[in-house]
Amino acid sequence: MKREPILTARGLVKRYGRVTALDNCDFDLYPGEILAVIGDNGAGKSSLIKAISGAVQVDEGEIRLEGQKISFKSPLEAQDAGIATVYQTLALSPALSIVDNMFVGRELRKQGVMGQWFRMLDKPAMRSFAREKLNDLGLMTIQDIDQAVETLSGGQRQGVAVARAAAFGSKVIIMDEPTAALGVKESRQVLNLILDLKAKGLPIILISHNMPHVFEVADRVHVHRLGKRLCTIDPKKHTMSDAVAYMTGAKQPDDVNEAA
Amino acid sequence: MTDMTQTVPPRGQSFEHDLDKSDKTVAAFEKKKRGLIGSIQHGLHGNPTLVPVIVLLLSVAAFGLIAGGKFFSAFNLTLIMQQVSIIGILAAAQSLIILTAGIDLSVAAIMVLMSVIAGNLAVYMGVPAPLALLVAFAGGTGAGLMNGFLVTKVKLPPFITTLGTWSIFYALNLWLSGAQSIRSQDIDKAAPLLKFFGNTIAIGNARLTYGSILMVVVFLALWYLLNKTAWGRHVYAVGDDKDAAELAGIRTDRTLLSVYGLAGLVCAIAAWASIGRVGSISPQAFYEANLHSITAVVIGGISLFGGRGSILGALFGALIVGVFQSGLRLADVDVLWQVFAIGWLIIIAVAIDQWIRKVSA
Repeated sequence: MKREPILTARGLVKRYGRVTALDNCDFDLYPGEILAVIGDNGAGKSSLIKAISGAVQVDEGEIRLEGQKISFKSPLEAQDAGIATVYQTLALSPALSIVDNMFVGRELRKQGVMGQWFRMLDKPAMRSFAREKLNDLGLMTIQDIDQAVETLSGGQRQGVAVARAAAFGSKVIIMDEPTAALGVKESRQVLNLILDLKAKGLPIILISHNMPHVFEVADRVHVHRLGKRLCTIDPKKHTMSDAVAYMTGAKQPDDVNEAA
Repeated sequence: MTDMTQTVPPRGQSFEHDLDKSDKTVAAFEKKKRGLIGSIQHGLHGNPTLVPVIVLLLSVAAFGLIAGGKFFSAFNLTLIMQQVSIIGILAAAQSLIILTAGIDLSVAAIMVLMSVIAGNLAVYMGVPAPLALLVAFAGGTGAGLMNGFLVTKVKLPPFITTLGTWSIFYALNLWLSGAQSIRSQDIDKAAPLLKFFGNTIAIGNARLTYGSILMVVVFLALWYLLNKTAWGRHVYAVGDDKDAAELAGIRTDRTLLSVYGLAGLVCAIAAWASIGRVGSISPQAFYEANLHSITAVVIGGISLFGGRGSILGALFGALIVGVFQSGLRLADVDVLWQVFAIGWLIIIAVAIDQWIRKVSA
């Protein structure tokens, strides 16, 4: 079975002053899979994700999306290329409405003179699109889509951020600790959402510390340690304690590429 | 993979299986009963401009009762608009900056510098007045961009940046003008266009100056930009949470730079209006107008923490200050009590802003 990865990274290096966050790191994501990235605090997971999502620029190494070499200077460029990220902080503007947040940086303008000359936004079209996307995900019943995001609960905010990524991430969706701040029930909603996105054929990168969640949804697990990929494992062939042992350095994996 | 798509039960861990029986309504946007105070708080949160509008109406009514017909005359009401027009336009520029969580101490200095530049060019150097004004507009935009460059690229706090440029622009203005005013008669002779906004439309006793109309037009134009264009949404997003806006895909530095540039241009427009308002061009005029513009913005309910409030609030804020000054003067109250009252207005406005921000769903 020979599969071509949709997203690859080779030899990524990122230094912050004297700290090396990424040390010759490799990465592969295959079409239609959920890849979990786990690692101890400070292992460089966030740096890896930010390098892929355009939020930081690497010092060395190359990233390829569908075989094309890419080097994003900003998150906007990554989004335009089809890589959408749900950040741990969600990156929502609390005072803006749900609609405004979903379209920030990608607003729709009216047709004709009002749009072309007066740059007027097409709010009705934005509203109906946003409502459709939220309903698609079956996440919540929206009554007031013009409500400020700060008046929503944590799970609802997460839902808005995920819906935004799903609406604009045409090729890859990255989720950084999507369940970290949520209760049991809201976590379940987000995990179901991740599986729904996968069912639509989107590959997903899931960064999480929550081993039960990782082992439930992931097809492969990328174990990150000391700034690089230690191994990728198949969650069906390993226990959670194996994974934790690898990522903390308590145990060395036998086959670093068993799930590659 | 196939077990994922089966119907019941369910995905997930054993301890979660009872979740199917749980209350499903939580994720909906519930409408809870709020008390009267809660409803008011919520309403104000959704429409932050309501506070200054209500205060404006109440203060007009109150001074109408105290000072009587003198206050309520069409003449006096249009006079108030004329008196606040310059501070009002500067407050529009100030609002742009404050919406991005910044503050601009240099607005009045930019305005005075540009009026001196336009005056020197048109009156003493024989440059045609339209060209002199264009130079002033370009200069104002440039001065604003300089502030923006220092804030975005050199990463200085806006307060420090504009504290510095305030002095720089003020000194340049004294140097260019030789600390001399340009007299009204000289402007009339060489470049009457500079005093265009001093013209009035008389309707009965009302004396509406072009400058008053300009103020309203500037506010409406900026309101449109902020609320109906993508650029405006970006300004709010950047002011609300700059890091989040950057991650969400906004080029935040570019947005900030454009905001400072536009604010500088608005200051230059205020410069043109100020020549009509004052009649002459004085390098010493409007020295405290920086602070007055901030007062109008704050009373107008725009949050100093950025991202909240409507620019129209600043228009109402400027008018509230004008109404207080006019009303107290007509009621023969000493000037010092006018200043006293404005001080309380600022404190109360910020206290109300803090309270509104605590709103919950």
